[in-house]
Amino acid sequence: MIDSASGIAPAAVVPPQSSTAQPARPATPARKGLSPSARRQRRAAWLFLAPACLMVAVYVLYPILTSISLSFYNWDGMSDKTFVGLANYVELMHAPTFYTALKNNLIWLLLFLLSPPAGLAIALYLNQEVGGIRLVKSLFFAPFVLSGVVVGLIFSWFYDPTFGLLAMMLGHGIPVLGDPHYVTFGIVFAALWPQTAYCMILYLTGLTSINAEQIEAARMEGAKGWNLLWYLVLPQLRPTTFMAIVVTIIGALRSFDLISVMSGGGPFESSTVLAYYMYDQAIKYYRLGYSAAIAVVLFAIMLVYIAWHLRRMLRNEH
Amino acid sequence: MFPMPVEHWKPLNRRIYKLSLPIALLIWLLPMIAVMVTSIRSTEELTEGNYWGWPKHFALWANYHEALTTSPMLHYFFNSVMITVPAVAGAIALAAMAGFSLAVYNFRGNTALFATFVAGNFVPIQILMIPVRDLSLHMGLFNTLPALILFHIAFQTGFCTLFLRNFIKQLPYELVEAARIEGAGEWTVFFRIVLPLIRPALAALSILVFTFVWNDYFWALCLTQGDEAAPLTVGVAALKGQWTTAWNLVSAGSILAALPSVLMFFAMQRHFVAGLTFGATKG
Repeated sequence: MIDSASGIAPAAVVPPQSSTAQPARPATPARKGLSPSARRQRRAAWLFLAPACLMVAVYVLYPILTSISLSFYNWDGMSDKTFVGLANYVELMHAPTFYTALKNNLIWLLLFLLSPPAGLAIALYLNQEVGGIRLVKSLFFAPFVLSGVVVGLIFSWFYDPTFGLLAMMLGHGIPVLGDPHYVTFGIVFAALWPQTAYCMILYLTGLTSINAEQIEAARMEGAKGWNLLWYLVLPQLRPTTFMAIVVTIIGALRSFDLISVMSGGGPFESSTVLAYYMYDQAIKYYRLGYSAAIAVVLFAIMLVYIAWHLRRMLRNEH
Repeated sequence: MFPMPVEHWKPLNRRIYKLSLPIALLIWLLPMIAVMVTSIRSTEELTEGNYWGWPKHFALWANYHEALTTSPMLHYFFNSVMITVPAVAGAIALAAMAGFSLAVYNFRGNTALFATFVAGNFVPIQILMIPVRDLSLHMGLFNTLPALILFHIAFQTGFCTLFLRNFIKQLPYELVEAARIEGAGEWTVFFRIVLPLIRPALAALSILVFTFVWNDYFWALCLTQGDEAAPLTVGVAALKGQWTTAWNLVSAGSILAALPSVLMFFAMQRHFVAGLTFGATKG
């Protein structure tokens, strides 16, 4: 895959023919008698890993555990923590905002899944050899490299009811970001812009690696258009589709920047999602224990997904 | 090829296709173009209500000059650079070593460690927020650049390790064997044999991680307060609140924030796309 996408081709590196027969990987040493070289290699393995492990342990693993334990406490960040058991979770179950956030997360997820098909459509449209197509493809991809803050600012302005582009196109202004019914949809629409660009580039790369002979053969048989796409091209693109869906789901659950910039979770917390709700509770109201409980819920939702993904990946390894 | 290459289309359709390209591009990028045009529009024109027509006089210099001098834009920009560059270098250095170790050595716990690095990628960052903030406070790093640098190094290391480990695994293992037989130590194998071979992957990864860190907003919000250590994303977002009507300045600020990652992308496009799709397909 990578070979076709760029000049990066590890396989092209010609290995010097090693004359030694049987270059087996360091065999698992028998019992005590580690050979000196095996021992040296084992030490090297851990030394190479140590700095990365240390950083990940301090900044990723330890915080996860701390957050989980913190969710059973009441804490404002300054005075002493008090243990409250499951009280934070109970309160969460009774907080209307929690359900708003959950519902919005679901809306994000469902609407975000439009980006793989949209990306595929654009990729099919651009998968031609005409002059300047490379530049066109890159420009189509450009929104993806913009920061969420910039995309958020661009679209806040696009939606502005007095002088925004949308108001101009419709002839009258709709306060998209000020209306609890529209605000989430408005933000998701903005977020779809870079996400579709991302899926498009995945599909464009995927399309370069499909089997051209099969397609030609099917064409000889008279297959074309939708049939060809549905029965021949899409099955070959399955790994790409899987990937596009993976990154889209993660993207949807991570949504924070756009909400923060465009609406601040408002109006009346109607556009909040778990990620933003959690941040708000911690930073604005200093309710760190409660906020940690929200984070744990988000983590639990994600965990199902991480576990599924890891299993699939490790199975492919063996 | 799918769809059917345009050369085989009817001439009329081919012409329509070619004509449609710039139009589609224009629609796709319309929000971005509008921002660019506004960033060079003068304030008088905006007050007159000319938001969408072609600017009558260009205020390119005046707007950018104002955005750069009346707000601490340059300071934010400097902070962004000082956060992003060390973070990218650090994450890649750590990940190259870790990826090498996971790809080349066969030891107990290898798979488990690898899985940890991969899983670390997908963790919702919110669960890290309070403890990381706390940790930075305790280390006396809160509201300083190192707080952000250290966190980004740690968080990006997971993704980079996944990427580089898979890349190194594709190299012929005989290379390592041969070097060892020649008497090379493990460090030499890594530094002299493997590192030069993965240079393209390192390039791809650096650009990718550069844009991730440069565009970060959440951690900048959590780990800084006020202007001192705030990067550009925070600065630009703050502009919106300060001058609700000065859209030309907001636009100029946005362009400045977007410029480095966009330039980086266009300069090293092949690497960028390769990195993205490689990381994606293997991840």
